[in-house]
Amino acid sequence: MQRIGVFVCWCGSNIAGTVDVQAVSDALAHEPGVVHSANYQYMCSQAGQNLIKEAIEEHKLTGIVVCSCSPRMHEATFRKTAAAAGLNPYMVEIANIREQCSWVHKDMATGTEKAIILGKAAVAKVNLNAPLTPGESPVTKRALVIGGGIAGIQTALDIADAGFPVDIVETKPTIGGKMAQLDKTFPTLDCAACILTPKMVDVAQNENIRIFSYSEVTDIKGFVGNFDVTIKKRARYVKEDICTGCGLCTEKCPMKNVPNEFNLGMDNRRAIYIPFAQAVPKVATIDPEHCNMLKNGKCGVCAKVCAAGAIDYKQQDEYISEKYGAIVAATGFNPISMDKFDEYAYSQSKDVITSLEFERLTNAAGPSSGHLVCPSDGRHPHTIVFVQCVGSRCASCSEKGKEYCSKICCMYTAKHAMLTRDKYPDTEVYVFYIDVRTPGKNFDEFYRRAAEEYGVKYIKGMVGKVSPENGKLHVQASDLLADKQLHIEADLVVLAAAIEPDKSARPLATMLTASMDTNDFFTEAHPKLRPVESPTAGVFLSGACQGPKDIPETVSQAGAAAAKVIGLLAKDKLTGNPCVANSNELMCNGCSSCERVCPYGAITYVDKEFRMPDRTTKVRRVASVNEAVCQGCGACTVACPSGAMDLKGFATKQIIAEVDAICK
Amino acid sequence: MQVNGEYKPLIVAFCCNWCSYAGADLAGNNRLAYPENVKIIKVPCSCRVNPMFILRAFQRGADGVIICGCHPGDCHYTSGNYYTRRRMSLLFSMLNFLGIEKERTRVEWVSAAEGAKFAATMNEFTEAVAALGENKRLEDLRCKR
Repeated sequence: MQRIGVFVCWCGSNIAGTVDVQAVSDALAHEPGVVHSANYQYMCSQAGQNLIKEAIEEHKLTGIVVCSCSPRMHEATFRKTAAAAGLNPYMVEIANIREQCSWVHKDMATGTEKAIILGKAAVAKVNLNAPLTPGESPVTKRALVIGGGIAGIQTALDIADAGFPVDIVETKPTIGGKMAQLDKTFPTLDCAACILTPKMVDVAQNENIRIFSYSEVTDIKGFVGNFDVTIKKRARYVKEDICTGCGLCTEKCPMKNVPNEFNLGMDNRRAIYIPFAQAVPKVATIDPEHCNMLKNGKCGVCAKVCAAGAIDYKQQDEYISEKYGAIVAATGFNPISMDKFDEYAYSQSKDVITSLEFERLTNAAGPSSGHLVCPSDGRHPHTIVFVQCVGSRCASCSEKGKEYCSKICCMYTAKHAMLTRDKYPDTEVYVFYIDVRTPGKNFDEFYRRAAEEYGVKYIKGMVGKVSPENGKLHVQASDLLADKQLHIEADLVVLAAAIEPDKSARPLATMLTASMDTNDFFTEAHPKLRPVESPTAGVFLSGACQGPKDIPETVSQAGAAAAKVIGLLAKDKLTGNPCVANSNELMCNGCSSCERVCPYGAITYVDKEFRMPDRTTKVRRVASVNEAVCQGCGACTVACPSGAMDLKGFATKQIIAEVDAICK
Repeated sequence: MQVNGEYKPLIVAFCCNWCSYAGADLAGNNRLAYPENVKIIKVPCSCRVNPMFILRAFQRGADGVIICGCHPGDCHYTSGNYYTRRRMSLLFSMLNFLGIEKERTRVEWVSAAEGAKFAATMNEFTEAVAALGENKRLEDLRCKR
């Protein structure tokens, strides 16, 4: 028989406001096995924990039930408390009477009644708990960073600085990500390339970092500390170690009309290309869709001009298998497609552009060498209209856009407007907005400078329609503060497109078994206290794949993710999850049902000798669980027809006891 | 289930640790009310739910049982929710055949980010079960005290 202690937490008024905590501790005091029952204002506080420790010693408790917040919040805390008092940490059960009771019910009587029932279920369960000891597994001291934008770069640099090897996998031919495409960065207006490219060079030169560019992750197996990852290195038809990046081939290639994705299709590149001058690795890549040699076997100019002999038309995709201890997702974002927003005439006129395209137009290395021109005819625009929240904050039309605020648009639009007025004082610049949101260090000052010093015309209201007329863009909009309709003849319309997670994030999350929210942003383990970790152990989040972020925030999150990775890799051994399957060999009939459903291949069959009642021995085939591999999902327990398979910590008897307690 | 002579539906909700239990926590964080009739049992994965648990709940007087797991493709254990889907569609059609209306049983996918969906699902499910009245078909009267 267990000696159980029950500890009911008030959580200030969070629980005590809707639940009569005294009544709960009184009611639970009479449950089977309970020898001690108490309540306290904050069980998780030092004083509360001491209360538990003292009770364990005083009443010689063998198990405890804490009626408090969610186990996701403080289960680990109370397990540590129990362990400190000499109790096995797995003899602790939490009754979640905050998130799943006091916070969702308003009435004291019903709240108290439910809290008592939840407490009874936990007591019934802990009566059947058994002490568990977690197994240990080694840690592979190598990290994988998926995505080579500023988030991935910063995370990799920080991990490498601590002395651990890191691999970066980037789908594009170069690292750098979105930041490499930007012109200036708010609110300091320093040039993006000037602060990013030195970091890219640091990555290339760091001995601890390997870059797999033009590559993707195709398979992830294993668990925290022991991931087995397959990386597909796509054939770039250029030998990376031989190519010097001289760029001669990119000048001589006769295929001149390939849309340049780095400049968002606003100019052309060749079929063999280096995305931009400061690319890392600075190696040419052949685009197999447009290369004549690869398509028809006719050409071969690049091979002829390459002095180093780096061109290899027969190169094949290469698959690399590597083991990692930790994985960081840094897959970043993309502006959403403008297809569904044709009221802004994006598909009808070349002079309607997105903000990222505007960024390329004003970039000295961009398609117009930094001169702000109308993409349709190259003329200088005199009237520019910026439209904010295109696809952001679309509550009513969520199938069209996104419900969330994309966070960065207000600031970059202020930057664009300010820079335009600064460089071309003859232009008229309008910004249409729903709200201007500028929380952040020096952000509001920056926006006010744009509006007050640079004379950018901020108008509260949305643009209803943009129609191309006689080479100009007729913009119909409403000014909500003046309560009137506006008609503006604009030369250029710039759309602040909402941002969304990169398309590669969803399949990656599936491979990682990491959870995502409805917008395909990675979910963090705790929105406030564990913002850079995924709920899946060993998986960390860096940058905009977790939510919209600007560069300073991305860099700080990247550093935080790196710190978490370093903390993990610094350990020699990890304690595993002791809640694993175990088979009762006497009941197992060797049918293989469990082996077939196990997603991890943790179950094998062994021939074992059994002593029979008549003193003979018999060899039978029985299931055997590899505890280091088992993750404890419990699929096998249900598949087992003879009831031999059970799950420690979530045993059939325990769950039935909970069901019974609830249904009493 | 009768409480003080009044019918109150009793709902047992099995929630997987990774998605739905966290979704229920989020509903709590956002103070999204749902009926107190819903009692949650945490399981590591929806595939840990043995059909036996559901039969047991009905036998002991539950009026409805709902199993919540990660969305298909998002299972923390890769494929557990697929097992749940298959097993439960079989079990529920058998229960329906035995006279346990299919509205009393449900499998729902609730992610860790879907607190609102969790609360809405529970409200809707409780309402549906309440409309059906007490579960008399499978309740074992010997279990009543």
